[in-house]
Amino acid sequence: MNINFKHEWIETNIGLMAVLTMLAISVGGLVEIAPLFFIDKTIEKVEGVRPYTPLEQRGRDIYIREGCYTCHSQMIRPFRDEKLRYGHYSLAAESQYDHPFQWGSKRTGPDLARVGGKYSNEWHVQHMVAPRSMVPESVMPNYPWLLSTPLDISDLSGRMKALRKVGVPYSLTQAEYEANVTKFGETVAKQLHIPDAQKNLIEQANFGNFDGDRSGISEMDALVAYLQVLGTMVDFSKYTDDAFVDNR
Amino acid sequence: MAVTTYSGAEQYNFDVVKKFSVMALVWAVVGMFVGVYIASELAWPFLNFDSPYFSFGRFRPVHTSAVIFGFGGSALFATSYYVVQRTCQTRLISDGMASFTFWGWQTIIVLAAISYVMGYSQGREYAEMEWPIDILIEVVWVTYLILFVGTIMRRKQPHIYVANWFYLSFILATALLHTFNNLSMPVDLFSMKSYSLFSGTQDAMTQWWYGHNAVGFFLTAAFLGMMYYFVPKQAGRPIYSYRLSIVHFWALSFMYMWVGAHHLHWTALPDWTSSLAAAFSILLLMPSWGGMINGIMTLSGAWDKMRTDPVMRFMIVALSFYGMSTFEGPMMSLKEVNALSHYTDWTVGHVHSGALGWVAMISFGSLYHMMPKLWDTKLYSRKLIEWHFWLATIGIVLYIVAMWISGITQGLMWRAFDEFGNLQYSFVESVAAMMPFYAMRAIGGMFFLTGAVLMAINMFMTIRQGKRESAALEAKLAAKMAHA
Repeated sequence: MNINFKHEWIETNIGLMAVLTMLAISVGGLVEIAPLFFIDKTIEKVEGVRPYTPLEQRGRDIYIREGCYTCHSQMIRPFRDEKLRYGHYSLAAESQYDHPFQWGSKRTGPDLARVGGKYSNEWHVQHMVAPRSMVPESVMPNYPWLLSTPLDISDLSGRMKALRKVGVPYSLTQAEYEANVTKFGETVAKQLHIPDAQKNLIEQANFGNFDGDRSGISEMDALVAYLQVLGTMVDFSKYTDDAFVDNR
Repeated sequence: MAVTTYSGAEQYNFDVVKKFSVMALVWAVVGMFVGVYIASELAWPFLNFDSPYFSFGRFRPVHTSAVIFGFGGSALFATSYYVVQRTCQTRLISDGMASFTFWGWQTIIVLAAISYVMGYSQGREYAEMEWPIDILIEVVWVTYLILFVGTIMRRKQPHIYVANWFYLSFILATALLHTFNNLSMPVDLFSMKSYSLFSGTQDAMTQWWYGHNAVGFFLTAAFLGMMYYFVPKQAGRPIYSYRLSIVHFWALSFMYMWVGAHHLHWTALPDWTSSLAAAFSILLLMPSWGGMINGIMTLSGAWDKMRTDPVMRFMIVALSFYGMSTFEGPMMSLKEVNALSHYTDWTVGHVHSGALGWVAMISFGSLYHMMPKLWDTKLYSRKLIEWHFWLATIGIVLYIVAMWISGITQGLMWRAFDEFGNLQYSFVESVAAMMPFYAMRAIGGMFFLTGAVLMAINMFMTIRQGKRESAALEAKLAAKMAHA
């Protein structure tokens, strides 16, 4: 068979051109994205990573609302300097419940992937209200309204249900709850149960007293609770240095 | 035939082109002003004023959306409608649909800006718009596709001109990227808040597949469409090589979609993905430079226009910056370079050498080319164009030089060790070292913004002059008719 191809065919036929263009632009995404959902090694098998508690998740919502990702990354790279500065490099498993991911692309401020537990709650509150009172050279905006705005928990279960629909194992039924007990243990499973979400959030806020003010639950409570859990879920002392090499 | 003045106005729908051209400049001024403002916030943080609405994190997407989608988007609508009508020698198939894309698109930008400062964001770079706005974009975009393809189907020429291929590719790719990157679950039907369908690694890959191709198709392919029409027109010469444009088109369309993962080097994304992306990033240098050469060489034999025609100068400088940033990009996609450049201001500088140097400059050139034709008059002031050109060029140079210095400084400070093997600098020392360069960057931005304001004035005066002239002409005609 001898077909004498001429580019002119495409140039004179808008339908053909649209179809071929669509083909040309579809390949890259298909090859690079689709396998990530099927290749088992994409996400490491580690213990400890769990969905956020209701309070932490509300804190995460605020982190996204304020656009923190425009200046802070949450992705430590496997370099010696980053290990010293921030800790063990980030695993894919650690952001598996992050809808959306917040790895970021810019470090105007430091990486926050393992900021949890590095500073006290009091430090965070003071730093958020007036960053330059703690770090004089900082260029971070002041966030005083976080302390004065009560946390809105009216649509809490709606938020958790939406997250459940996209795959976060928050439980609605008894069976789902039992499954979570098996997977995460009872203490965590209780936190993930949507019918108890409000009660759990209030308890965690009151017990943790993240903003240092017991009179109510502020947005600061939620945000600090979120920051304090970042990067703390995996106990790296349980794993050898090259445990995750195969996953990269 | 002895018909008097034959203007394109009846043959073509120039009304929508005019509207989009005006709004392109309005958004340029607004978006660049916000850009200068947030740049200043980084240099002088008191400018955040303890206000949620003006704090950097909420204000930055206002800048990116206003310049990319407001200015860039409006310029693309304007030029694509102009080019498709001219090259197909036919009117847009529907004035109603054209008008809908105009009002729809402007509504989207306004809603996006308001929603960001109110705190509604998907937390995905360049795709911060929440789901109701995303749906509106989808509707406007499908209308745009139908209108564009429908107009091509009614063409009076057998061949589809090459500029239209690039516009078509941009419209299709944007539809694809926008749809898949914005899949999300709303909290409920009356809530602006949603959570993305994907999480973690897969979400990151999808986002940067979108993010880099927003650059590749929205900010490159489409503006190459501009180049393929307006550079030959302004130069008064045919495009340098038709064959090269064919190779350019297919190679660019195919390869761009692979490179997004170079934004995720050394992250928790598997190595195979980002390595593949790096390989394609290097390959992409060839079609990119092929396109640049095709544009610049179009001027061969008419190089004197660089001296005599300020509009031409905008276009050629745009192509030069295109060449520079498409060289810088592949270099930054090398893992070793990326290890230094990623997370630093170098990336910001790279984006702006593309966005200011290439996208904005080629848009300015094309808009200057269209203005006298749309309003049927001469450009109001050539001197203002000269001023605009130099302010813009100096502004870009200040901007990217500042970001190169600060970016490389950051990268080096973060990885510096002292003689005992400890980190030499604390993070905040690197922040303090940035101050002069952040100030320099803000000043560069002010130069560029001032240029855009001059252009807006020039356009306003040109429109006024055009209206006066046509009124005078009509009066003269009426007087003649009365005598006859």
